[in-house]
Amino acid sequence: MIKRIENTVYPLVGIAVIMIAWQAYTYYFGLNRIVLPSPTDIFWASIANWETLLRESWPTFLESILGFGLAVLVGIPFAVCVANSRVLNLTLYPILIATQSVPKVAVAPIILVWFGLGMQSKLVIAFLVAFFPIVVDTAAGMRATPSGLLELARALRASPLQVFTKVQFPAALPFIFAGSKVAVTLAVIGAVIGEFIGSTQGLGNTLLTANSQLDSPLAWAALVWLSALGIFLFGLVVLAERIVMPWSGAGHH
Amino acid sequence: MSTPNHTQGWPAAPLAPFGHFKDVRQSFGRGSGSPLVAIDNITFDVTQGSLVTLLGPSGCGKTTFLKIVGGLIPATSGTVQINGRNVTAPHEDFGVVFQQANLMPWRTMIDNVLFPMEILKLRDATAVSRARELLASVGLEGFENAYPSQLSGGMQQRVALCRALIHRPKLLLMDEPFGALDELTRMEMQDLLLDIRAKTNATVMFVTHSISEAVYISDIVAVFSKRPAVIADFIKVELPYPRSAEMRYLPEFTELEHRAGRALGITR
Repeated sequence: MIKRIENTVYPLVGIAVIMIAWQAYTYYFGLNRIVLPSPTDIFWASIANWETLLRESWPTFLESILGFGLAVLVGIPFAVCVANSRVLNLTLYPILIATQSVPKVAVAPIILVWFGLGMQSKLVIAFLVAFFPIVVDTAAGMRATPSGLLELARALRASPLQVFTKVQFPAALPFIFAGSKVAVTLAVIGAVIGEFIGSTQGLGNTLLTANSQLDSPLAWAALVWLSALGIFLFGLVVLAERIVMPWSGAGHH
Repeated sequence: MSTPNHTQGWPAAPLAPFGHFKDVRQSFGRGSGSPLVAIDNITFDVTQGSLVTLLGPSGCGKTTFLKIVGGLIPATSGTVQINGRNVTAPHEDFGVVFQQANLMPWRTMIDNVLFPMEILKLRDATAVSRARELLASVGLEGFENAYPSQLSGGMQQRVALCRALIHRPKLLLMDEPFGALDELTRMEMQDLLLDIRAKTNATVMFVTHSISEAVYISDIVAVFSKRPAVIADFIKVELPYPRSAEMRYLPEFTELEHRAGRALGITR
């Protein structure tokens, strides 16, 4: 119980200290709010523009979560195939690693040419950045099945399908969720990159527009909302993990 | 060859032949040079319902032999028969307990016990109630819905024992199952195993490197030599059942330990 309170209180104290220092810094040095708005400036900009920010959060949220969802839907089966087939592994894995070294930011303009200025292009970029960590971690999880469990399954003459569904896949779940947590935050970055390159909506668009109009408090407010969106999506994955893997929270006694 | 001659209590008269091993040899090819012989010329019989321990120094190949009996690895040559059939693959009449409990962290205790029934497509209400009874019989009543991470090593190994027994195997193969447990838990588990054997009448083959464990639980102790392992001695343990901790101090017990020690080359 005390540990729980500590887990909440200490981070809040940390944030409070930084906010106060930031506020004091902008106040004492009389910084122009275009260069660095104070926390209160950002807060009031956030309140004053809440309708815009909320409206623009929606497309960014959709792009991120759909891109991430697509990466999960395609990435997990892909990783399962690659991990279980030597031929597929040898054929596809080097290509995957090679494509991963291509900077996604550099590909983004091409994606926009293919998929237009709408949501699809952002979704595709979010998908591309989220895909890699999911595939790599899922494949690692598939290979990390404890040998004792595999031997047990073999002693019972379990079929390959039974081994997969009852042993390999559940054993890989912690890996899959670790990859998903990285992927979901990357998906938000992917969506924002897409919005930066060319868009008519989304928090990335709001940020870019506010910046070009030297409305720094609004730009910072958009940044805060983007972080909140990222934390929210991360939280959704953690929630899913708790629901799917109730044993991981069971803990030691 | 191996006819346990009990003077009291259970088991009544386990006389029927069950396991037959003749000239079992296992060698592993090495890149160059002669193959590495793990076990050689292993020949003995096991009667139905008896408890045979394979005692030997670590790395001598007794686990390899157990895996051959269980059909998990093929022997290079020789005859391995269980219940009159040549063993070529694992069989559903076998139950296996490993040194590690090997429980699935994502399954509750009862679901871990029921795992073999799911693989054999035999999970039903009867199986579930049997799993409950088994857990209760090893003193884990009330832990059915706990996860492995919430239990101690000894408790986990009890669950592994229940899992090996759930499908009523005729042959229980145990590979140093109590090796990772502390001494007191280990002695408890030995008594538990003897209890369970008395109830199930399964034949047990048990790998260990503990001399006192081997003598305490066995009808027969097959002593394996260093690699390449051959049977160094084949010791009949004619201590009565039920075994109890006091027997560990009997002169007969010590004499048997001494004989096993001589076979292992530890004592003279």
